[in-house]
Amino acid sequence: MKWISLIPVFSVGALLLFAAKDFPEWGDPHSPASQSPVSSHFINNTGVDTEVPNMVTAVLADYRGFDTMFETVVVFIAGIAVLAILKGSGRRPRGRHRSYKLEAEPDLIVTYTVRLVVPVIQLFAFYVLAHGHVSPGGGFQGGVVMGASFILIALAWDLDHALVRMSLPRCMVIAAVGIIIYAGIGFLSMFMGGEFLDYAELERLLPVSREMARYYAILGVEIGVGFTVASIMFALYANLSSEGRLKGGL
Amino acid sequence: MFEDGAIINELLIERLNYLIYVVLLLIGLHAMIAKRNLIKKLIGMSIFQTAIILFYVSISVKNEATIPIYKAEHDPHGAASKAAAIELNSTNSGKPLYAPTELQSSETQQYANPLPHVLMLTAIVVGVATLGLALALCLRIQQGYGTVEEDELLVKLERSDARYSLSPLAKAISSRRRPARNSRNPRATGKSSSTPKRSTGYGKNLGSTKASKPSTAKTKTTQANKNPNSVNRKPGTTSAKIGTKKSLPPKKTSIKPAGKTSPQQKKGTE
Repeated sequence: MKWISLIPVFSVGALLLFAAKDFPEWGDPHSPASQSPVSSHFINNTGVDTEVPNMVTAVLADYRGFDTMFETVVVFIAGIAVLAILKGSGRRPRGRHRSYKLEAEPDLIVTYTVRLVVPVIQLFAFYVLAHGHVSPGGGFQGGVVMGASFILIALAWDLDHALVRMSLPRCMVIAAVGIIIYAGIGFLSMFMGGEFLDYAELERLLPVSREMARYYAILGVEIGVGFTVASIMFALYANLSSEGRLKGGL
Repeated sequence: MFEDGAIINELLIERLNYLIYVVLLLIGLHAMIAKRNLIKKLIGMSIFQTAIILFYVSISVKNEATIPIYKAEHDPHGAASKAAAIELNSTNSGKPLYAPTELQSSETQQYANPLPHVLMLTAIVVGVATLGLALALCLRIQQGYGTVEEDELLVKLERSDARYSLSPLAKAISSRRRPARNSRNPRATGKSSSTPKRSTGYGKNLGSTKASKPSTAKTKTTQANKNPNSVNRKPGTTSAKIGTKKSLPPKKTSIKPAGKTSPQQKKGTE
C-alpha cells in the first residue's frame, strides 16, 4: 500500500525539478532574490539607519521587529501548550513500563566534565546574545545555547538537579518577562512619540544619537528574545523527557 | 538545453543545491505520507523543513560575497568612514561633520542577501518549538492509547467510539442518527470484500478488527479466533484497559449470530 504514496511524492518531485530549471544558478549575484529592492535596501541602508553592522540582526529586530515579536510569542505559546498538554498527565505509574527504578549514581567523569563545561557554555550564550550586533549571533541563538546548558545539566545528573536551578514556574516567568521586555520596548518607543517598535524615538531617554538608540533598543529586544527562547527550550525538554511528571532522568 | 545529458549536467553541476533540496523534500514528504508511526511522520516533517531552509539559504548565496555583516571599510557608521568624514571635513569646512551615506551598488554585491537568513533564523527556532508541541501531543496519545502507530490508533479509536455508544448520553444522539446509519450500512457490507484486502497491507491486527465492522458471516468466525491474539500482541497498555477492550468485539459477534446492520448490533450490545 505504501507505494501509492510514491505517486504524489514523485509527481511533486518532478514538478519541483522541472521548476528548478528556471531558478537562478548557484551563487548568481543577479538572481531575482538578490536583485530585489528590499534586499538591496537592507544591505545599503542598515548602516545608515542604525549603528548595527550585522544586517541580519538589524533586519530581524528593527525592520521586521513586529514579525520577530510574534515569532517569540509563538515560541512562548508552544511552551505553554506543551505544559497544558503534559502537566500532570503522566503521574499515574502504569504497569510494568514505569515500575522499574533507576537509582544509579551519576557518572563521575560526566558530571565533572559538565560542571566544567556548563559555565563556559553559559558565558558563551551571553556572548552570542550581546555580541549579536557585530558578529553572527543574537537572541535566538544565544537563547538556544543557554537552554542547552540547562539541558546538559539535566542529562548529566537528572531532571531534579536541573529543576533546582531552573524550576518550571521560573521558566515560564522568565519566558513571559522576555516578551514583556520586547513589547515594553515597543510600547516605550510608541509613548515617546514614534510608532510601535520605532526605536529611534528612544533617543530622548538615552543620551545617544538616533542610530545608537536603535542599537541599544535592538540589544534590549534581543535580550527579551533570549530570555523567552532559553527558558522555553528548557521547559520543552523538561516536560517531554519526563512526560510531564518533572522528575527522574531520561 | 535539450541535448544529451544537458539537463543532467545542469542539475548535477549548476543547480546541485536544488537537486539536494528536492531530494530532501521528497524524503520528508514520503515519510509524512507513508509512515504509520507518528514519530516517524514528525521526523519526516523535520526533514521537509530542513529542505525548505536549505532552499531559502541557497538562493541567498552570491558569488564572492561575504556574510551580511559590514566590513570595516563599508560600515557607514564605522571608524573608517568616520575618519574619512573628518578628513573631508578638514578640507572643506562648510559641510556637517559627519553624514553616513548608503552603500553603492557595487558594494551591495559584496554581501550575501540578508533577508532569507532572517526568515530562516526565526523559522528554525519556531520549528523547534512546534516540533516540541507535536512531540508532546504524541506523548499524550501514547499515554492515552498506548501506541503511536496510526493503524493501531484507528482501531482503538473505533473501539472507544463503540464504548461511547453504550453510554446513555450517546443513546439519544445515536437514536436520531439511526435511519442514516441504516442507509449507509449496506454499502459498507458491499465493500467488505475489498476492505480486508486493503487492510492486510496495513498490518495483521487491523485486518481482523476492521473486518469486524461489516461483520459478515464469513469474517465472524475468523475474527473470533484472531481478535484475542491481536489484542494480546500489543504491549504497553494497561491490563485493565485491555480487559474492557478485549471483551467488546467478541460480545458483539456472540450475541447476534446473523447481525448485518448496525441497529441490530447496537441492540445486541445494549
